[in-house]
Parts: sequence; structure tokens; C-alpha cells
Amino acid sequence: VPLCQVSTAAAAGAYPKRVKVVEVGPRDGLQNEKNVVPTPVKINLINMLSETGLQVIEATSFVSPKWVPQMADHTEVMQGINKVPGISYPVLTPNLKGFQAAVAAGAKEVSIFGAASEMFTQKNINCSIEESLERFHEVMAAARAASIPVRGYVSCVLGCPYEGKISAAKVAEVSKKLYSMGCYEISLGDTIGVGTPGSMREMLTMVMKEVPVGALAVHCHDTYGQALANILVALQMGVAVVDASVAGLGGCPYAQGASGNVATEDLVYMLNGLGIHTGVDLQKLMDTGTFICNALNRRTNSKVSQASCRL
Amino acid sequence: QEPQVSGLPEYIKIVEVGPRDGLQNEKVIVPTDIKIELINRLSKTGVPAVEVTSFVSSKWVPQMADHKEVMRGIERHPGVQYPVLTPNLQGFHSAIAAGATEVSVFGAASESFSKMNINCSIEESMEKFDEVAKSARNLNIPVRGYVSCALGCPYEGNIIPAKVAEVSKRLYSMGCYEISLGDTIGVGTPGSMKKMLEAVMKEIPLAALAVHCHDTYGQALANILTAIQMGVSVVDSSVSGLGGCPYAKGATGNVATEDVIYMLNGLGINTGVNLYAVMEAGNFICTALNKRTNSKVAQACFNTGTIK
Repeated sequence: VPLCQVSTAAAAGAYPKRVKVVEVGPRDGLQNEKNVVPTPVKINLINMLSETGLQVIEATSFVSPKWVPQMADHTEVMQGINKVPGISYPVLTPNLKGFQAAVAAGAKEVSIFGAASEMFTQKNINCSIEESLERFHEVMAAARAASIPVRGYVSCVLGCPYEGKISAAKVAEVSKKLYSMGCYEISLGDTIGVGTPGSMREMLTMVMKEVPVGALAVHCHDTYGQALANILVALQMGVAVVDASVAGLGGCPYAQGASGNVATEDLVYMLNGLGIHTGVDLQKLMDTGTFICNALNRRTNSKVSQASCRL
Repeated sequence: QEPQVSGLPEYIKIVEVGPRDGLQNEKVIVPTDIKIELINRLSKTGVPAVEVTSFVSSKWVPQMADHKEVMRGIERHPGVQYPVLTPNLQGFHSAIAAGATEVSVFGAASESFSKMNINCSIEESMEKFDEVAKSARNLNIPVRGYVSCALGCPYEGNIIPAKVAEVSKRLYSMGCYEISLGDTIGVGTPGSMKKMLEAVMKEIPLAALAVHCHDTYGQALANILTAIQMGVSVVDSSVSGLGGCPYAKGATGNVATEDVIYMLNGLGINTGVNLYAVMEAGNFICTALNKRTNSKVAQACFNTGTIK
């Protein structure tokens, strides 16, 4: 879809009327924070997020604590949080073992992570893309048997720290595989934030040939300040699910000191301004961001929060 | 760089406001030679316009007290414009005497902001600018008009698009060749940007419009994208995102030129600007100011070792 047609559609008011915001702060955010956060703080963070109107809160990751020390307390977190009816608390499960541990701990939704880059997959999980997807077959089968929905992530959709440019066709191929395996939603991640509205449009055009837009989400990193502009283009193309992290938690592991996730507050501010319904209370969200930043002894990455704070 | 995306402008003119709008809102008073060095470096980046200084009373804006020295001290590169702010006829004469060849006047879409900022009503300010515009016309000096508070006012809150259109039209009719629409406190979103531009575009030709977005709420690039999707082809920005917001302590202000260029490059839009050169100019001024850059592109590039 050429950007001019997209903008005409946008001008005609063709943004989605509602957007589902998927809050990834407690997992993706904290996982990329240096300081290990005590379990009660994580639980309180998730409980506060549950009060903001968010419908989906990624709670933790059932990976080995050897790889991800921040998520070592996954069972305690899963068991300790208030599970508010109507809110989903997906957790990452990289393999069958993690899946089983997740379900035993009370998880009702899981996520699996693929990538559009061979080198990234090799460096990250020590196998090829094809091998990683095979591993997930087991998880998918077990999830299906237990009626547990599975969300699929594709990393490096707009660029890779090792390979550089990533072909949109490759992203479409991996997305299609995850969708065909049974993932109900595919979250397309600009893992290092290098994407721009141009590459976002190109990538989505290809992916939308293989996966219905209703099953797509975008997961934009703000490392180069492009996240909201990229999200805007995705919305213009009909994407209605957006991942974000409260206070913009989570730096970029590939660019020391640079930012990572887009801040949920800044996203909601933009969606509010567009008249798009999210159900999220921005003030409560900001208060939650203040809480976790105090606990982490760091400044917020949310500009909305910074602006609203009269020091 | 990707192939040009159809429907967007092929070329976007970047107006670099760091040395004036940026520095004016920085706490630390910058020595004259540093200002001159910054402007000289920016002249080599390919930006077609650099806003140099402001001929206002140093009582009001101490940072710009050295306006004459800066104007006389900078290198003038062919193909680069060096506009200066002139709030009234006195400032205009002073600017011309110092060698200025383009000036800017600042209106506002909010009465309260106009009164609090320049101590007079919108109408009174337009009369002053009219005097400047007339003198400028006699000397063949182009005048750029700014409209502040185009998407919201720190005192009045919501600003109606019709008011922005009215003030823009006034400035355009008195002879301003370009109207820069400023989201002064950065509260705008793509929704309000679209509504405001639709109203203004009824009165002013598209080619005469520019957007001046502040990033105080992180919305600037999304707002700029919206504007360029509607055909706007002039964008103001500030190297390193210099210049905080005087109305939200500790918050950011101007959008960073580096981040704008990064986006436009990714869209295949020509700007003529060398991103690395801008980052280096940004590094220079941030070092001089002893502060971190506000540009995310610069932060990412410096931290991945792409720029040392």
C-alpha cells in the first residue's frame, strides 16, 4: 500500500477505533534493566498495571535463571500476582520444559520467540531459525492440548544487529510459519529500533500477504526515536495491537546506554490524541511508572511522564 | 537509503534552529566563539537554513546578548540562509546593520501567550510585525513568520485551528514567505496536527508552510510524519534537540535534527543533509554545554561505536 494511499485512508479517519496495548514492562522491560528487581516489587508492579485498564500484561519468562537472572523468580511472580478477571498475563516459554513449568505455576497464555535473522537466532539461542521453529512444535502441541493460546514474536523485523538489513520477505515467511503453527497473534519486533516509517510500511505490506492484519501486532523499540512514527504507520495500515513498556523500561542490549522499548505512557498519549480507544488510564499508568522508576532508582524514559512532572 | 515512497514530498527543507531556539532555552550562557563555531559547523552539514540569533533586548534574553558579534563573526556559506529573529523595527534595523539577509517574526495563536511572552495582544504584535515586513520589503529582505501555540497553549490549553489559520493568514498577507507552525509546548498529536493543518491549508498554500514540533511529550516525529503525509515540506529542528521546555521543568523541547534526518532518510526523502556531520556538530555543542544529547540517534550511534 503506497504511503500516499495510506495517508489518504488516515485522512479519511481510517485509524482503528480501538487499539489493544500489550504491556511488556514486567518482562521485556525488566529483563533489560541492569538492577535485579526483588520479587515483591515485580508483583506490585504487575498489580499496579492491572489497575490501569491494560488488558494484557506480560508477566515473566520461564527461561533458565542461568540465562536470564532477572526472571529467576518466575514461579513466585506468577503465583504471587493478583490475576484480575478479564486481564491476560502471558509468559515467555522458550521450550516444552518452560511451558510445563509455566502451566504448573498457573499461566493461562504463553509466548514464543522467533527471529527473521539467522545470525541473531544463532547468537541468541544457538540454533537456526528452522531448528527454533521445530522446538516450538512441541510447545504448540502441548498448548493446543491444554487450550492455552500462544502468541508468536518475530525479532529483527526491521533490522538485525549482526546482519544489518532484513528482507521483508523473510519476516513474512517466519510470521507465516508461526501463524500456521497456531499462534493467535504475531508481534513484529523492531528489536534494535532501526526501523523508520518507510521500512515499517514495506515490511507490513509483505507480512499482510501471509497473515491477516487482525492477527498482527507491532513491538517497536525507540532506540533511534522512531517508535511512535513507526507505530503511526502501522496503525494507518490497520494494525490494532501495539506492545509497549511502562516508563520505557528496558534499554537496548546492543547499544550501551541507548533506550529500548517505547514508553506505554507516550503511546497512550498519542492514541488518546487520535481519539483511539485503549481503555487505559494515563494518570494511573504514569503513577505505576513513577513507582517502578523509584524502585529501580532511575529516571523514566517516558517523555509524557517527564513533562508532567513539575519538579 | 530506500527508494522514494510515492505521495510524500521528494525534498524536505530542514530549518536548523539550534543556535537560536535551542540555545535560548539552555540554562548555561554559551560564549560567543562557541556559538560561532557551532553555526560554522552546521553550515557544513548541508542544512539550507540556520537560525543564527535573535535581535531582542539582552535584558529579556541574555543568551542572545551577543547577537551582533555572532552575526558578524559567522562564515556565510553559499546556499545557506541565516535568518535572525526581529521582534520589532528597532531589532530589524539592528539586524540589517549587522549584516542579516533574512529575518523572522513571532506571532502566537493565543492571546494569553502573546501577552505573557511579548506583553501585547496578538493584534498589537501584528502591527509591529507589519512595520518590520514593510521595511523588509523595501530592502528585499525575506521575512519568515512563526505562529506559536499552534497545537496548545500553556495558559489557555486548547487552541482552535481556526485561530491558527487566522494568525497564519495575517502573517502571510503582510508578506511572510513562509509560516512556521509551532507546537510550542509539544502537546500536539497526529490528531490535532491534522485538524490544525487542514484549517491552515485553506488559507495558506502548502508550499509556504513549515512545522516546528517540540518533543516534550515524545510526539514530534509522529506529528512531523503526519504533516509531511499532508504535503508539508519544511521542517524545523534543533541539533541534539537543544533547548528544553520553559513550561515543563526538566522536560525536553525541540525535536532533534538527527532524529528527523534519520526518519527522512529511511523514507527516501532528500534533505541534502549529512547525518554524521550533524551528529558531530551535536557532539561539539553538547561537550561545550557539558550535557547529554537529546538525540536518540546520536545516543545510539555513539554507544554502538558507530561514531567515536
